[in-house]
Amino acid sequence: MNRALARILLSLAFCAPAAAQDVKKEIERYRQMVSEGSPAELFELEGEALWKKPQGPRQASLEKCDLGLGPGVLKGAYAALPRYFKDADRVMDLETRLLHCMTTLQGRSREEATQRVFGNADRPSEMESLSAYVAAQSRGMKMAPGESHPKEKAAYELGRALYFQRAGSWDFACTSCHGEEGKRIRLQELPVLLKPENARSVAASWPAYRISTSGFVTMQWRMNNCYQQMRMPEPAFGSDTTVALIHFITVTGKGETYQGPGNKR
Amino acid sequence: MAGPMKMRATLAGGYTEVRVLMTHPMTTAQSGQPLHFIQNITVKLNGKALIEAEVSQAVSRNPVFSFRLKGGAKGDKIEVTWLDNKGESNKIETAVA
Amino acid sequence: MNRLRRTVLGALAAWLATPLAALAAWNESAFGAKTPQDALKGIGAANPAPSKEIVIDAPQIAENGAVVPIEISSNIPGTSSLAVVLEKNPFPLAAKFDFMEGAAPFVKLNVKMAETADVRVVATAGGRHYSATREIKVTIGGCGG
Repeated sequence: MNRALARILLSLAFCAPAAAQDVKKEIERYRQMVSEGSPAELFELEGEALWKKPQGPRQASLEKCDLGLGPGVLKGAYAALPRYFKDADRVMDLETRLLHCMTTLQGRSREEATQRVFGNADRPSEMESLSAYVAAQSRGMKMAPGESHPKEKAAYELGRALYFQRAGSWDFACTSCHGEEGKRIRLQELPVLLKPENARSVAASWPAYRISTSGFVTMQWRMNNCYQQMRMPEPAFGSDTTVALIHFITVTGKGETYQGPGNKR
Repeated sequence: MAGPMKMRATLAGGYTEVRVLMTHPMTTAQSGQPLHFIQNITVKLNGKALIEAEVSQAVSRNPVFSFRLKGGAKGDKIEVTWLDNKGESNKIETAVA
Repeated sequence: MNRLRRTVLGALAAWLATPLAALAAWNESAFGAKTPQDALKGIGAANPAPSKEIVIDAPQIAENGAVVPIEISSNIPGTSSLAVVLEKNPFPLAAKFDFMEGAAPFVKLNVKMAETADVRVVATAGGRHYSATREIKVTIGGCGG
């Protein structure tokens, strides 16, 4: 009986504003300790092997893939994404660009290359491992997605509009969860990504090792899952919708120094 | 087929800090899947075992450990080996940076 | 070859085929103990004396119980071993580290905890056992996605 009472009092204590600040601080401490001992780097190793592996009808590796800074240039490439690519005539994020290289350099079909874009704890997907590796090569660089090209501006505007777009059976939009300060789901805070100060740390925390599933997750996965959570149809991998939203969030959150793949609960 | 390992050994404040990452499911009895977890870990400095660990399914998936060895010098060889309940094992060797 | 001989030889062959590595020591009874007390007994540390010289550096709240980072060390001179007992885990003994001369009694590791509970660290020094505990709250975040 005493224990139950203590639990009730404890949960009430969590509601008090002073305690809420302590909670936030302790969760920060948790995240910091996890990042110092995170398995994320293992996925970078997998990704490196895949980057160098000859695949597809052309039996080519991805080593000549142009991620925006020139063929094979990895250093800083992730930090400069998403951006407009002339050869594809569209704005692309990391994963859509990797897919582009898989189809053009390696000669693989889009169907084959996207057969399994989201993996699991037992086996990460190729996309996830590659994302970890490529993103890691931008460690220490400032996030600076493309903003000058008309299509980059259009993607930003589309992303912004989609952020507010209510749809689906629940009439949800991103703003339903990420539209008001101070909201949380259970003990996880929901950042309002419209504000640069909130978007910065978010934009610089992807892709990431996900503790709750022991897997590695990417921005394409996050967009896909958010749409599922909002009870809307799954967006196609690398669709204009997902790229626009990713672009919008990254531009809003530009300027942060990238520390490498992050860790999420 | 054991997954990749990664290790970093650096000199800091009179110690050699060793941080080692292991790929392993560390499956628990709770999961309903067959138990598969690392049981033994050995940390060697220049061929000599300095730390012997017995660990269990209570250790997180894809374990990451940090150890501290006294002293140490650049170029010293650190070797970490693990052995699991199925008899599988893996090891990694790195020089102190 | 008669049946008995075959059985014996078969068993012998199977035993010899066991890789040497598989014969590494692992305290099955201690790791199989279902209560913290039995786990402590299993490692021969039934009544550890409380000590402030054992340091448990851990977050007060773990956002996810699948990975709870803890950093443990002992300032007790001659510490030769550190053990981690997670009081509410189904099998409380999580790990035991033996330190030879040249290794500091220090480990950072990630453990699994299903719920808020005490983490107990047992240090062995000069044949005696000491321990310290620290509560870690385990919570859940997010929408399940």
